[in-house]
Amino acid sequence: MRTLIVLLQKEFRQIFRNKAILPLIFVMPTVQLLILPLAADYEIKNIKLAVIDQDHSPYSAKLISKITGSGYFQLTHFGNSYPQGFKTIETEKADLVLNIPLGFEKNLIREQQNSLFIAINAINGVKAGLGGSYLAKIIQEFNMEINLDWTRVIQNGTEQKIETLNSAWYNPGMNYNFFMVPGILAALVTMMGTYMTSVNIVKEKEVGTIEQINVTPVNKMYFILAKLIPFWVIGMFVFSVGLGIIANLVYGISSQGSLFLLYLFLGIYLVAILGLGLLVSTYSETQQQAMSITFFFVMIFMLMSGLFTPIDSMPSWARAISYLSPLTYFIEVMRMIVLKGSGFDDLQYQFFVILLFAVLMNTWAILNYRKTN
Amino acid sequence: MHAVIIDTLSKVYGKDKIVAVDRVSLEVKKGELFGLIGPDGAGKTSIFRILTTLLLPSSGSARVDGYDVVKDYKSIRSRVGYMPGRFSLYQDLSVEENLTFFANLFNTSLKENYKLIEAIYVQLEPFKNRKAGKLSGGMKQKLALCCALIHQPSVLFLDEPTTGVDAVSRKEFWDMLKRLKEEGITIMVSTPYMDEAKRCDRIALIQSGKLLSVDTPAQVTAAYSKKLFSAKADNMIRLLYALRASAHVSSCYAFGETHHFHFQEQGSSIDLLNELKQAGLEQIEIENITPGIEDCFIDLMLEKTK
Repeated sequence: MRTLIVLLQKEFRQIFRNKAILPLIFVMPTVQLLILPLAADYEIKNIKLAVIDQDHSPYSAKLISKITGSGYFQLTHFGNSYPQGFKTIETEKADLVLNIPLGFEKNLIREQQNSLFIAINAINGVKAGLGGSYLAKIIQEFNMEINLDWTRVIQNGTEQKIETLNSAWYNPGMNYNFFMVPGILAALVTMMGTYMTSVNIVKEKEVGTIEQINVTPVNKMYFILAKLIPFWVIGMFVFSVGLGIIANLVYGISSQGSLFLLYLFLGIYLVAILGLGLLVSTYSETQQQAMSITFFFVMIFMLMSGLFTPIDSMPSWARAISYLSPLTYFIEVMRMIVLKGSGFDDLQYQFFVILLFAVLMNTWAILNYRKTN
Repeated sequence: MHAVIIDTLSKVYGKDKIVAVDRVSLEVKKGELFGLIGPDGAGKTSIFRILTTLLLPSSGSARVDGYDVVKDYKSIRSRVGYMPGRFSLYQDLSVEENLTFFANLFNTSLKENYKLIEAIYVQLEPFKNRKAGKLSGGMKQKLALCCALIHQPSVLFLDEPTTGVDAVSRKEFWDMLKRLKEEGITIMVSTPYMDEAKRCDRIALIQSGKLLSVDTPAQVTAAYSKKLFSAKADNMIRLLYALRASAHVSSCYAFGETHHFHFQEQGSSIDLLNELKQAGLEQIEIENITPGIEDCFIDLMLEKTK
């Protein structure tokens, strides 16, 4: 026990003396939590639209004003030749081209039908997909409106219409930040935990100080514990700063569920993540190697854990990878506790999995540590 | 009683079966200053790492202070001091912090064992708040020695402690070792510098993992059976070629400012001198000299390869 205290003292002394790590612990969560949610906003506005109106009828004018009035589109080109309109896509002046053919109104009234043509610049897939579907939705609404106009004229009866009303649960304002901030915070803790542990342990190998420790009667378990405990504490601290100060004061997010439960999960989660850092360190000889390996894992965790894109929309093989990432469970738990206020009963599965991760990672790491030393 | 007993110790590395230590057997007496002398890559560090329980031997056995390096590694760790060839203390901790840290790891304190390191530590004391990484080479070496001594080890292993240290610091360092020896500590030191061998009680010459000779420095040089000569001339490079080409000379090698060589059994110095003069060399000086450790080493090495 005395040895552990001596080792811990030394670790904390070194961490607080490190001019790069200490500011990072404070600055990184603050800056990233302030910047990342803005960048990760999916709502796309200001889609540049080119309209080719070959009809010049009241109906076409009505459609165009409906589209521009929606707020999503910005009319950057208005003309009556399609080739000319398409040029605007080529020159990046427009993301979408809407072509209203000649006789649009006439055919609609006479034959009850007509087709419109939309060309989409799909280089930015998200923008193109969303823009296309926004436009399609507006045209559909327009279609319904004119239909109603006619039926009213013919039957002179009451309006018939099925309307869907959405009510957004757990995030009534559909505030994107409420969704992103807890997730980003979870990812941040993961990143810091793995990077710092793996690099810190490998540094002792690289510099050779581990030799000097190994010839002392210090128990290896104490050495490992003394490496993990400081980063566990730092992880807890960074998380608290992120949740209590940034999420709460800046974004107005306060946990709906039990904070105790959240921290209990975080505690186990950190053990799992630090175990991963330890594991990486046992397989690397230099800090550069450790950084590269951790970068590989963190990259996959960030993109595969449902932080930005829902896991449910991934192909099944990709989903399997997602469920191998501990971050997936932490993001789930974060969102469930913070936004929904879920209790332990709802989270038993996640607790079980993360406990399994913690045991697995650390056992593997310690076995490999013994072997290599 | 022996402090270190090495018995047919071998170490083979990796898949390529590189033999670093080849059936080495030697004994170090209690209180002895023992030198392991050999060039880089001779296997000195491997032997040290096995004796300090950092490396497992491939075959053979070794005992330090009566404890087996494999079975009783824990007992060995608390009674040996090790100073690796590369400075491996915490560069971001101060001199004092490093010392207290290692003292605490051995369940002792700086105060308790201050006497042993006092002579060395007084030179470090003015810099006790300086980070270890910011010390000069000689100071780093002194700090490393202090850290290896802080728990009063019975055997001290110093792996190339004077490599990369200036001549004055090297002399100082050997004086320190002499004082430590007087305290009754067994010291095993390795060095690639042959001139340092004289300062050891006994030495082992090692080359390519094999021991060439184990004896006192005086005995090693006394065992040198041939007559050794040194030669000098205005053009040293041409002299070397001329000596090697001569039928009177059996072997010749460059040795600092002169060349050392042996005569063939029927070789005559007058004939050789004439031969060299004919080759256009001037200011030729040939002298009969007493061999040093390095001459012995080269001789033993050449004999082994024959």
